[in-house]
Amino acid sequence: MMQLTAVPLLIPLVMSFVLLLARMQGIQLQRILNLIVVTLLIVVSSVLVNNSLSGEYQVYLLGNWQAPFGIVLVLDQLSALMLLITSILALGALWYAIKTKADENGSHFHVLFQLQLLGLNGAFMTGDLFNLFVFFEVLLLASYGLILHGSGAQRTKASLHYVIINLIGSTLFLFAVGALYGILGTLNMADLASKIAILPAENQAVVAAAGLLLLVVFGIKAAMFPLYLWLPAAYANTSAPVAALFAIMTKVGIYSIIRVHGTLFSEGAGELAYYYLPWILALGLITLILASLGVMAARGLREQVAYLVLASIATLLIGIGLNSPAALSATFYYLIHSTLIAGAMFLLADVIARGRGTFEDKFISAPSMPSAILVGSIFIFAAIAMIGMPPFSGFLGKLLILSAALEHAWYTVIVTVIMISSLLLIISMARSGSLLFYKTQTVTSETIQTGEPLNKSALMSVVGLLSAAVILVIFANPITDYTQQIAQQQFNSSNYIQAVLSATAITE
Amino acid sequence: MEWLIAIVIGTLTSAGVYLTLRARTFPVVVGLTLLSYAVNVFLFAMGRLTIGQPGVIDANALGYADPLPQALVLTAIVIAFAITAFLIVLALKSRGELGNDHVDGLTVDLDEEVIHLKGTKS
Repeated sequence: MMQLTAVPLLIPLVMSFVLLLARMQGIQLQRILNLIVVTLLIVVSSVLVNNSLSGEYQVYLLGNWQAPFGIVLVLDQLSALMLLITSILALGALWYAIKTKADENGSHFHVLFQLQLLGLNGAFMTGDLFNLFVFFEVLLLASYGLILHGSGAQRTKASLHYVIINLIGSTLFLFAVGALYGILGTLNMADLASKIAILPAENQAVVAAAGLLLLVVFGIKAAMFPLYLWLPAAYANTSAPVAALFAIMTKVGIYSIIRVHGTLFSEGAGELAYYYLPWILALGLITLILASLGVMAARGLREQVAYLVLASIATLLIGIGLNSPAALSATFYYLIHSTLIAGAMFLLADVIARGRGTFEDKFISAPSMPSAILVGSIFIFAAIAMIGMPPFSGFLGKLLILSAALEHAWYTVIVTVIMISSLLLIISMARSGSLLFYKTQTVTSETIQTGEPLNKSALMSVVGLLSAAVILVIFANPITDYTQQIAQQQFNSSNYIQAVLSATAITE
Repeated sequence: MEWLIAIVIGTLTSAGVYLTLRARTFPVVVGLTLLSYAVNVFLFAMGRLTIGQPGVIDANALGYADPLPQALVLTAIVIAFAITAFLIVLALKSRGELGNDHVDGLTVDLDEEVIHLKGTKS
């Protein structure tokens, strides 16, 4: 069988350079090329998801160096799923950017877009801790460019915070990597895990400290309390397609916690087994409370959606913290849902802001926007899906996490916090919907209609991403079967370790 | 030598943390640079400090110097260098757009008192 494992990295890497050269032929060529490439990535990652269904680990030895001496790419079911979500979300964001001409507001949008995908795909596939750092930097550098795309003083200010906090995060990442290397003498995740299993007791404290340092780094990426303060401003002030694509960026942090901590400190790790979990659960609960308050206090729709993203991250952290196959399976289901719906919400917020003209997305009474009934209906649909009311996927995801929580010792606290936060989200989304769509001013000579007419072809990507909420419910059975498989595979980290370390180099 | 290296790393880190917590962009940039120096020396020391040892290739030598931290440090230096350059340009851009060099975009008078938030009116 042909090795497809490295293809999700090679396509964006090569195409980013091609797109840079294609710039001379005008933006139209770049747009078409980029659309083709992202569609191709969806196809490739669908094939990879299909390949991974067998439960086999596909290990790719870069440069034919055997692990742990070389860098490995490992494709298992979780990586394949993340690749697929990324490419679907990317298509939605890209289509919206092209149709609203948001990609013309600055140079190199398409190049940075592909580099961003390279960083994301790399982070999801690598089996080496230092390589994870490198791919983090690739995706961060691209995201620095994308978050500044377009202009505006507020955007520059939010970006400055974003860059500085991520730079600090990178430094901490290197400290953690250095400490782990100093004690264990390896950087391959599978090899690290097998070395931690036989770690002498006097070295455990350093490894534990390095592990928690890594948790801080991934917490910055995932926007975990108290490291989330950069997120609302950064996401609310950047351009809509970039914010939609960034819905996957916080999930990189979640993925890294599951992958790195779930592999390094799993059952085999002796005294260090799952020592990080109380932190994740407690911080997830606090994040959820603060995110719900943030949703209530938001002054504009984009800020509100940013806090909704935070709430979904908190729910995912709680799911990880519960640490059972059922909870992890529910976490993956909710992760698919929250990524795609959050992307759609950012795009929808931009559609609404454009329709309201000078009033933008602020929660104040404004003249009715063009095609208010259509946009309003989509808003109700999206809001119900996002906050987790029946009948859409958000409800199902939260239900699965709640039912997994019933077996946990802290279940009263967890259930109470999730229920109250859901109530707060429902109240605030109802309030913002009625402010945006019902409490409108009549158009007089003084309050002129300043909004743009509805851009129907751009709205298609909102509808496309939102259709995930329906698809995830209709096909809930096969999808939860799949997420259960992923959770099982994630829990059997000894299989992962063995698969990586026993992968043999190709001989002539 | 271990003591010296440890003190150097500690000094660089604490100076870096102190400067990163300052309110203006220039000290923050310098602080981040110091932090990245500290982490580079730290990575280097994590391969254990050896003197006069060859790389892995010499079959007759008694020991060898770990070559991997050097590769890691090289990668880290390149990345930190690129991002620092980016950050300086971004700091200049924010100085131009917000009219001051405060990290929070605040206008500060001579008594270091916050007057008002600039850049919100756009």
